Amino acid sequence: MNAPGMDATAATGAARGLRIDPQIRADVQALYADAAAALDERRFDDWIDCFTDDCEYVVQPRENFDRGLPLATMMLESKGMLRDRIYAIGETLFHAPYHQRHVVGPVRVVAAEDARLRVEAGYAVFRTKVQQPSEVFNVGRTIDTVVRDGDGLWRFASRRVVFDSELIPNSIIYPV
Amino acid sequence: MNKPIDGPLGPDSPLGAGTTGATGPGLRADWGTPDNASRVPYSTYTDPALYARELERFFYGGHWCYVGLACEVPNPGDFKRTSVGERSVVLVRDHDGTINVVENHCAHRGVQFCQKDHGNAKDFVCPYHQWNYDLKGNLIGLPFRRGVKVVEDGKARIDGGMPADFDLKKHGLNKLKVEVLHGVVFASFDHGVAPLSDYLGPQVMPWFERIFKGRELTLLGYSRQRIPGNWKLMQENIKDPYHPGLLHTWFVTFGLWRADQRSQMVMDEHGRHAVMISRRNEGGKGEVTKGVTSFKENMALHDTRLLDVVPEPWWGGPTVTMMTLFPSLIVQQQVNSLSTRHIVPVGPDAFDFHWTHFGFSDDTPEMTRRRLRQANLFGPAGFVSADDGEIVEMSQQGFEQDPWSRTVSELGGTAIGPTDHMVTETLIRGMYAYWRRVMEA
Repeated sequence: MNAPGMDATAATGAARGLRIDPQIRADVQALYADAAAALDERRFDDWIDCFTDDCEYVVQPRENFDRGLPLATMMLESKGMLRDRIYAIGETLFHAPYHQRHVVGPVRVVAAEDARLRVEAGYAVFRTKVQQPSEVFNVGRTIDTVVRDGDGLWRFASRRVVFDSELIPNSIIYPV
Repeated sequence: MNKPIDGPLGPDSPLGAGTTGATGPGLRADWGTPDNASRVPYSTYTDPALYARELERFFYGGHWCYVGLACEVPNPGDFKRTSVGERSVVLVRDHDGTINVVENHCAHRGVQFCQKDHGNAKDFVCPYHQWNYDLKGNLIGLPFRRGVKVVEDGKARIDGGMPADFDLKKHGLNKLKVEVLHGVVFASFDHGVAPLSDYLGPQVMPWFERIFKGRELTLLGYSRQRIPGNWKLMQENIKDPYHPGLLHTWFVTFGLWRADQRSQMVMDEHGRHAVMISRRNEGGKGEVTKGVTSFKENMALHDTRLLDVVPEPWWGGPTVTMMTLFPSLIVQQQVNSLSTRHIVPVGPDAFDFHWTHFGFSDDTPEMTRRRLRQANLFGPAGFVSADDGEIVEMSQQGFEQDPWSRTVSELGGTAIGPTDHMVTETLIRGMYAYWRRVMEA
């Protein structure tokens, strides 16, 4: 059993030789860059706009993912839940402020079917707290389904952030 | 930081060698009066020598520590690497189905032989010199025990080997005492520790059994975080019914935990274990949210599935029970979300917090999904729990800058005892009265 829409075995695999239209590849690369920048700059409405209406967004320890255990650190099953999370960050979640900085590796399209792509990318997030040096906060990979939406823009239909980090440095407040 | 389990503090210890009237940082002198349990010296959370003494007296002697759930090791040979205090141990299901816990270092040269977090093994082999142990931790063999036979110039001889009187039985792994209570596994380095049911006590036991007795658990997964604060702060946090209705806006707004709801504070006869029991009310605006600046009157969920609570027959009334089993475990029932939270200290100023979420084998898929969804409130990113990790870190920061100060935990006065309301810090006082008795003895 796994959390919504994904199963562990379908996740990865080599995609050598998969031919993707260069324009599509460029558009998807831009989506990844835009989503990361929106988080880093706390433009959360822009981040939410990177997702389809019936999206899902899951942040999960690699340990659970690899073992097929369904528990996630964040399990948001709709755009509404994304909004609920963002509201909580601004209004209810008590936390010390921090900056995130994403470094996202090359985007790999691992499967393509018309306007629906399976995409993965490695990432590292650095955290900087007030009056503190920067530190490695969270590293891992995203396992995503990207679709061309009704308005022609590419968006995440599903995004699963699987982090390698064995211990979260206290808490995760913002989406990763 | 690891001290012998039962070794006395040496004469050079900053705590002094005395077995009575111990003084030093955070001990008798700093507390002021003999019966003070409500004003905790900040040094209690920061002093390395005190911390060493806590490991010795709470985690390595006289107490039971949580190590895991039986459902994590369902098959013979299944093992899980875990910790008692700072010491790495391996929990393993033996070929006969019993559960053993052994310390994770080889009896030969001390190698921490188990490096995986879980797996299956038919025996334990240290990679360095292949000393071989059964799943009970007995040494069953080692290479070159009888030496190496060499034939040179037609003559045979034996080189080396262990001494003839080397006794395998005396060189096993360090075995911990183990008890499994309704699928929850506890271990102790101290083989003289009281039976687990006596240790938990009759006040707490019914609440433990309410969740675990007669049920087969299913493992839903883990969350792990390092919280930069003293380990006792997490025990305090779950013995503190004062804060949830103030710090946790989520709880206030949705009525999961508010100062006006029917509740009960239970403690064992020593004041070390406790249960906070509460019954959800309707939430929203009222007398109790007046002046609570964290209350958000207009807060509503875009997706109400986050709070799709379905009462379960075994609840028997309460919707929330938070159990603190001193020193290492918190058991959470928050509506449909269930977890054990394992406290692993890693110094006076930090602990690792391991969450194991579980359900029951007869859960419907919908109930499983509900438990997973409500897990959004808990853990390192939880709508509620993230507040706690952050506040613990900030508490520690305050303690470290001014170790000469004391806390004031006097909501409900200075008395210690069970209550039928939550406007009290009695459980915190109970824990520190116990802490003082053990630490100052």
